[in-house]
Amino acid sequence: MEALREFFNMGGYAFYVWSAYGVTFIVLVANVAVPFIRARELRARLARQARMERSS
Amino acid sequence: MWTFFHQLGSPKHFYRISGRLLPWLAGITALLMAAGLYGGLINAPPDYQQGESYRIIFIHVPSAWMSLFIYVIMAAAGAAGLIWRVKLADVVAAASAPIGASFTFLALVTGSLWGKPMWGTYWVWDARLTSELLLLFLYFGVIGLHAAIEDKRTASRAAAVLALVGVVNIPIIHFSVQWWSTLHQGPTVSKLDAPSIHLSMLVPLLIMALAFKLYYFTVLLMRARTEVLERERASAWVRELARGT
Repeated sequence: MEALREFFNMGGYAFYVWSAYGVTFIVLVANVAVPFIRARELRARLARQARMERSS
Repeated sequence: MWTFFHQLGSPKHFYRISGRLLPWLAGITALLMAAGLYGGLINAPPDYQQGESYRIIFIHVPSAWMSLFIYVIMAAAGAAGLIWRVKLADVVAAASAPIGASFTFLALVTGSLWGKPMWGTYWVWDARLTSELLLLFLYFGVIGLHAAIEDKRTASRAAAVLALVGVVNIPIIHFSVQWWSTLHQGPTVSKLDAPSIHLSMLVPLLIMALAFKLYYFTVLLMRARTEVLERERASAWVRELARGT
């Protein structure tokens, strides 16, 4: 427990260290999420168009 | 070998091969990141001068390296698109810009968060920091050109020219800490004969650098695949794919 608190305290630099890691985490996740969502939307749109072409 | 690269240049084969590669790349990236974080945050000892604050190095330095690496790839791909009109090169250049901008942003922010406790300030207008900020604006310029110009060929050409002009900035960033007196500390790792860093810190740093590099290739592939599908949506193979056959 004490070791864990010490770990999160980062020798008094907790704010700087965890902010840096936090921002990095958010930016890296966003960079995966954006193309993932875009790919899913595009595939759905292409499939929709294919269905429309077939029915017409 | 050459047929492999030739096939990779065709959008259809690129889409197929990259789809098979992607899960492996993503998995190895995640493993390396976990290993790097364990080594950097838990295993490595505190620095004798900077205490625990130096642990920002494990994301700051790889981000800064990636900001330069991706820029060079983007400019080279842009040049290949300009000269040989390789469609896929244009796609790589366009997809690299937002990832490179992200890493430049991270290098600046994590550096700032490291500078405050060590230098007493979040920001100084010195050579290293200013040239890295300029790099961010170059990325914004490339992203802006892609967003503003409707015709993709024209946009790629304009962005490639801007990226190539901006390459001048890359050696300036790299050597800025040697050419000018600056608050930024000198190179730690690139003095290969005698890196001034202990192995317990160097190893997680290099693992994180490799993880960031693979992360870039993973996201680049994700973006490039979507872009290829979008550009080729009228072609037979995409229609076939959309029909689910």
